[in-house]
Amino acid sequence: MAEFEPKIVAFVCNWCTYAGADLTGTSRIKYASNVRIVRFPCTGRIDYMLLIKAFDEGTDGIIVSGCHPNDCHYTSGNFHARRRWIMFRSLCDFMGIDIRRIKFSWVSAAEGAKWANIVNSTVTAVRELGPYDEYKKVAKKPVKEVIHG
Amino acid sequence: MDELRKRAKELLEAGTVKVVIGYENGTAGRTRALFAEEPKAAEKLIFDSRCIMNLASYITKAEVKAKGKMAIAATLPVMRAIIQLASEFQVSDNNLLVLGITPESTMIEFKDIAEVEAFVHKYEIEIEAKYSEKLEKLNKMTPSERWNFWIEELSPCFKCYACRAACPMCYCHKCTVEFNQPQWIPVPSHDLGNLEWHMMRAIHLAGRCVDCDACYNACPLGIPLNLLTKRMLIDAKEHFGGYQPSIKADHLMSTYKPDDKDNFIM
Ligand code: SF4
Ligand code: SF4
Ligand code: FES
Repeated sequence: MAEFEPKIVAFVCNWCTYAGADLTGTSRIKYASNVRIVRFPCTGRIDYMLLIKAFDEGTDGIIVSGCHPNDCHYTSGNFHARRRWIMFRSLCDFMGIDIRRIKFSWVSAAEGAKWANIVNSTVTAVRELGPYDEYKKVAKKPVKEVIHG
Repeated sequence: MDELRKRAKELLEAGTVKVVIGYENGTAGRTRALFAEEPKAAEKLIFDSRCIMNLASYITKAEVKAKGKMAIAATLPVMRAIIQLASEFQVSDNNLLVLGITPESTMIEFKDIAEVEAFVHKYEIEIEAKYSEKLEKLNKMTPSERWNFWIEELSPCFKCYACRAACPMCYCHKCTVEFNQPQWIPVPSHDLGNLEWHMMRAIHLAGRCVDCDACYNACPLGIPLNLLTKRMLIDAKEHFGGYQPSIKADHLMSTYKPDDKDNFIM
């Protein structure tokens, strides 16, 4: 069997991390291709429900990233987001969701190299953890039940 | 509670309020909500240790509000819920009069919600020892054990939403579980739907749940869903200085401090 290739979904804000990831590309820095980037106006818009849905859809790891504190395009979206991340992460942990699979970071528009590092280190970490079977087992069931009765 | 009955009767007679919400005897030795609109009905008011439902869940209902000014017999958790609801602009002094029932079972009539707040803030929200022990036990488990614990505990949930109906903070006209374009929470009672429903519920109550246990008491299957909100309360204490409902302070989860501490953001 081929080596396990983790699927990673990254939820990033438009103004810093997305631009940062763009810079990674234009600087021709190579990094793992396992990541699918979803762009949001701001980290303040990244509802935790969306993160959970990513696990439903079979992702093995998640990255959430935005502007550094004090750099948010909307002044305080990332401060609000940070509060929610603290709560959300704790709730996930309490419910037994593997929080080693959810990485949070601040990546500015100038940090192309940092973005590559974040993705690479996440892919390495998740590869070591293996596929998120525990969640997938639960997530798959409904599809069978709902569609096939 | 003669005092409460007497005052309720007076208020209805004078027309100061149109309805008094309290407890009355129900069936099978239980108590239920009483909506006294006639002075005579106030005689049915009771208060004892069986009165555990959170009556504040009624004061946001359009059909109750439509009756006119409400008075409510409010224990400590009910008062907390009232303050939180007032801070969310769901009730105000214009439509609510609070007849507080102190932990010593005496009655205090409050002039306004600010006064209720001053009284309530004398008491911290404290998690009962039996729950602290349970939470501690869960903390000691490995994530996989916790995962199995929750999948197992939540598995009987058939999404009757009695917990939601019993919760004073669950007043949204359209709850996330009712959104189906797209379907946020799967409807059938399976592990994924149950997990997502309870996660969603807990997180929407973070910084708002007053720890009244009404949700747990309402659940026909005894699912320990209040452990989730209790955990959020502990987190609020650990990270943001604790939760106390307030009409003056900012909402815990819709504010921030520039120096909120985290140890996980790369
Ligand atoms: S937890 Fe209990 S009360 Fe709430 S929806 Fe599930 S079965 Fe109903
Ligand atoms: S979640 Fe439960 S304990 Fe918290 S306010 Fe609602 S009913 Fe009370
Ligand atoms: S715009 Fe980047 S975090 Fe708000």
